[in-house]
Amino acid sequence: MKNFNKVFTVIVLLFLYIPMIVLAVGSFNSGMDIAVFKSFTFDNYKELFRDSVLLPLLLNSVIVALLSSIFATILGTCAALGIHSMGPRLRRFTMGVTNIPLTNPEIVTGVSLALLFAFVGTMMKINNILGFATLLIAHITFNLPYVILSVMPKLKQMDPNLREAALDLGCTPWQAFYKVVIHEITPGIVSGALMAFTMSLDDFVISYFVYGPRFVTLPVEIYNYTKKPLQPKIYALFTLLFAAILIVMVLMNLLQERDAKRSRENRRAFRRGKKVGA
Amino acid sequence: MKNKALAAPYLVWMALFTIVPLAIVAYYAFTDAATGEFTFANIANLGNYMPILIKSIWLALISSLICIVIGYPVAYFIANCKETTQRFLYMLVMLPMCISFLLRTLAWVALTEDTGIINNFITALGLQPLPLIRNNGAVVLGMVYNYLPYMIMPLYTVIMKIDRRLIEAAQDLGCNGVNVFKRVILPLSVPGIISGFTMVFVPAVSTFYISQKLGSSGTTLIGDVIESQFKTAYNPNLGAALSLILMVMIFICIGVMNRFGDEEEEVVTL
Repeated sequence: MKNFNKVFTVIVLLFLYIPMIVLAVGSFNSGMDIAVFKSFTFDNYKELFRDSVLLPLLLNSVIVALLSSIFATILGTCAALGIHSMGPRLRRFTMGVTNIPLTNPEIVTGVSLALLFAFVGTMMKINNILGFATLLIAHITFNLPYVILSVMPKLKQMDPNLREAALDLGCTPWQAFYKVVIHEITPGIVSGALMAFTMSLDDFVISYFVYGPRFVTLPVEIYNYTKKPLQPKIYALFTLLFAAILIVMVLMNLLQERDAKRSRENRRAFRRGKKVGA
Repeated sequence: MKNKALAAPYLVWMALFTIVPLAIVAYYAFTDAATGEFTFANIANLGNYMPILIKSIWLALISSLICIVIGYPVAYFIANCKETTQRFLYMLVMLPMCISFLLRTLAWVALTEDTGIINNFITALGLQPLPLIRNNGAVVLGMVYNYLPYMIMPLYTVIMKIDRRLIEAAQDLGCNGVNVFKRVILPLSVPGIISGFTMVFVPAVSTFYISQKLGSSGTTLIGDVIESQFKTAYNPNLGAALSLILMVMIFICIGVMNRFGDEEEEVVTL
């Protein structure tokens, strides 16, 4: 059974990576058709760096992802701290609201925001309301729940006595908050921010409904592109992006491992201390 | 503690950009496009789209079930590895999701096209090319491919947390392998199955890109219809009515699923 599962897992992982291999091979192909490999070339990469359309669009995506994830992280962390000190009833209500964008299909979120902006646009007599601001608002909105859901568990794990100990040891409430609470929940904040950033960078469906022609992100442009044959330099771009994400993921993995190791050591030290005390 | 108020800006934000927009969807669904008066016409019109809605649900349901069958052994295997291997395999499962799903779907188009990579290979062997694309099967393939990681994640989280002592106890009490799985492991992984199912079903039932690229005019899904009402046909009122029905349907589904699962158990959302 174990061997079957092992072979099966390898097959499924191959299945998950087939398109990535196709894209990566396509990025070194000299022909236009991704299905036929003509000959090996770096031209697509050269062309990518000379390109004056794709890179600014990627920059647009990065700007939106960065701003929306920063804003969502701040707002979401505050919200998580607030929710943590709520009574059970209010907390259930707030978590219910948080779950709406998570359970709603993306297309419904996109459509509802598009209608809101159209509504506000007609109310305030603004003709082209769709643009950078609407895109940013939409991205912050769908990023918020991810931040809250990664900060909340860290708050729950935190020992409430730690804050009080800090206060007893002469910290001001602000210092206790800054030195203890924030320190304890930092891993949650970081992983929430990273998740928000990647979700936002890659988002197509919601962006598609709220973007304006003045500010286009890369995924939206790719969708608009695909009505024409796709240029191979796009494969080059995504092969590079994939490599970048791979590096970030490996780094994150290493950080987590260090974190886990440290907490294991802490626990061991704590137990040893207890024994000495006894 | 007094810092409850920290959540206030968030709640205001969510009210403005989640709850109000949904109210506007409902408002549009019940008003006439030209006059802006209250009407049931959009809702009445939904009858015409019932076959498409049923087809969307059907294909999404098949995809979700295939994801459970494929995802469960993988999640089970990962959950039973060493801790460092677990983290590495989990990362491998997550990683493809970081690349634009538009491009990954296009890669499947390149693979399955009539003159695509697979068919080129088949014809090179001297066989007839297969009709791999522009049918229901291709759409299901696209859904399974795109959303499989969403199934594996919650299953893995739940299986990993199963107390090993329960399994040992069952074995001590005379259960064989099959029975341990059927009576202990499977019931304990129900919350993971439920959240995995919703995480696959919801995006699958509302997709429009996958059906556009891998399907044909015969595989138009509800997402395609909604998209076209906003982008090409310009009937936002009908689009809003369709969105509303889709949303209500999904909330009912999730409600039923959560009732079906153990209520005490907290359903994993991520």
